[in-house]
Amino acid sequence: MAITAFTGSATVQEAVPRKRSWVALVLLLPGLLYLVLFFLVPLVSLAITSLEVPSATTFGQYDAAFNWQTYGVVVSQYGTQILRSFLYALLATVFALLFSYPLAYFIGVKARRWPILQGLMIVLVIAPFFISFLLRTLAWKAILSDDGVVVGALKALSLMGPQGHFTGTPVAVVFGLTYNFIPFMCLPLYTTLERLDVRYLEASTDLYAGPFHTFRTVTIPLSLPGIVSGTLLTFIPAAGDYVNASSEFLGGTSSTMIGNVIQSNFLVQLNYPAAAALSIILMAIILVIVSVYVKRSGTDDLL
Amino acid sequence: MTAQESAVLGRTVATEQRLSPRPRRGRFGFGRWLLPFYSLLALVFLLIPIVYTIVFSFNNAVKTNISWRGFTFNNWLNVCDEAGVCAAFGNSILIGVVATVVATVLGTMIAIALARYRFRFRAATNLLIFLPMATPEVVLGAGLAAQFLTAGVAKGIGTVIVAHTMFCLSFVVVTVKARVAGLDPALEEAGRDLYGSPAQVFLRVTFPLLLPGILAAALLSFSLSFDDFIITYFNSGAIQTFPTYIYTAATRGIPPQANVIASAVFLLAIIIVVSTQIAGETRRRRLARASVES
Repeated sequence: MAITAFTGSATVQEAVPRKRSWVALVLLLPGLLYLVLFFLVPLVSLAITSLEVPSATTFGQYDAAFNWQTYGVVVSQYGTQILRSFLYALLATVFALLFSYPLAYFIGVKARRWPILQGLMIVLVIAPFFISFLLRTLAWKAILSDDGVVVGALKALSLMGPQGHFTGTPVAVVFGLTYNFIPFMCLPLYTTLERLDVRYLEASTDLYAGPFHTFRTVTIPLSLPGIVSGTLLTFIPAAGDYVNASSEFLGGTSSTMIGNVIQSNFLVQLNYPAAAALSIILMAIILVIVSVYVKRSGTDDLL
Repeated sequence: MTAQESAVLGRTVATEQRLSPRPRRGRFGFGRWLLPFYSLLALVFLLIPIVYTIVFSFNNAVKTNISWRGFTFNNWLNVCDEAGVCAAFGNSILIGVVATVVATVLGTMIAIALARYRFRFRAATNLLIFLPMATPEVVLGAGLAAQFLTAGVAKGIGTVIVAHTMFCLSFVVVTVKARVAGLDPALEEAGRDLYGSPAQVFLRVTFPLLLPGILAAALLSFSLSFDDFIITYFNSGAIQTFPTYIYTAATRGIPPQANVIASAVFLLAIIIVVSTQIAGETRRRRLARASVES
């Protein structure tokens, strides 16, 4: 069920239909109007808010202005957090891909002979969707806490110093991001690998290619649409996430991400222009990265 | 055969012999043992926090639900004893249902238009549907909150519903569009040939065929809405949904009742998914058998 939503855009080749009718307008108008009103206009109001200046009289009030300086201020103030967010998101995407590819390959290709097993395994992959991700992250926090089993074992094996921590470190945040987005990576990979024609792999073997060579020159290119949509579905939300990095969950003061900064500026400090400017910067960087990535990987039909 | 010829032949034979053992997986090869074993471990890893959450819903917790204090059914029997949990859960259900209904109706209409009709600004429409899925939640949340602030709209259950409908809409379009594109136009033509009016054809042919896709989209919307935290937190004001309740409770400790609700929702969702899968499988088998017999 969820599978189609994540991969539909990447895989359905669109044939433009012939028919023109006023019915199309009636069907499109309400939904598109909704998106314009509650998606596009908010982006515009973010841009307007980012240029406002504090009101002289009351705290938390801002007056319309054309104050470009906010952008410079937030970049110099929160440059580290911006860079860190993209670094963490990149690491989480790479780890999630390395983790998910073999699993998706097994479910999509090797398990074809047993449809029941295949179905069961895919249910287990999407199972995390059905339980609150805040609770899952808190569960990891408890499991990996300083007096938990894992840290205790690592300390007993001297793999971790006696004063070592796991929660509150950048490693924990990247771990949490990776864990939370694995299903988003796994599903698109599974849907492309499930349709992979194994005769191509046999042909490659018949032509004396070793397993590694076959994997690199046949399997990977054929599963590229899945890799592209999986990495996007992981990278974009991971870059903006602030739950994993917040200090009540897996993060600490040295692992704050841009999402945390936007949240605290908007909801705690009531510094709306700064939060808006940071949001615009985040959105702009992501759009640039996504369009370059989609162009480079040659799967333009995603857009 | 000349000496030269035999030498050439001998060489080719020799080369073939050197090449002939094709790369083949061994008994303990990667595909045979390592990959299934890895997949099993990977699935176990994915399930660890879920099992933890379910197990701790049975914890006889006193103040915090961190250390194990013994097994009890009390949390399951007295879910609503903990103030706020049930109210937050009720809000989540209400928001999820309304947002799902609105998003499914609007999204299905767009999906049908995209797959069936030709119109100007098609690329722009596709982009407008794709962009919300490519925007980080924190930007969507902050944007809507800024808009509500400028417009002077008080945050509450209404603003959360508006926000959830917005981000569910794109997912509905994508899910249903795939279904419409896979629909055989001949079936609708047959309906028209049998003098069905456009409305009749839609209601008796198109809609029933699209229904599985629409239901899948609705289920997806609901689960997205139910689990959303970031956008909700920016637009909820004083009201609490289940995720925002957990977030605010995280500082003082999550009550085991929250685990109960999450576990119950999880088990219900798994039952729904597994039973639809089994139903689909048996239907496929029955159809296969019927086509063999006829």
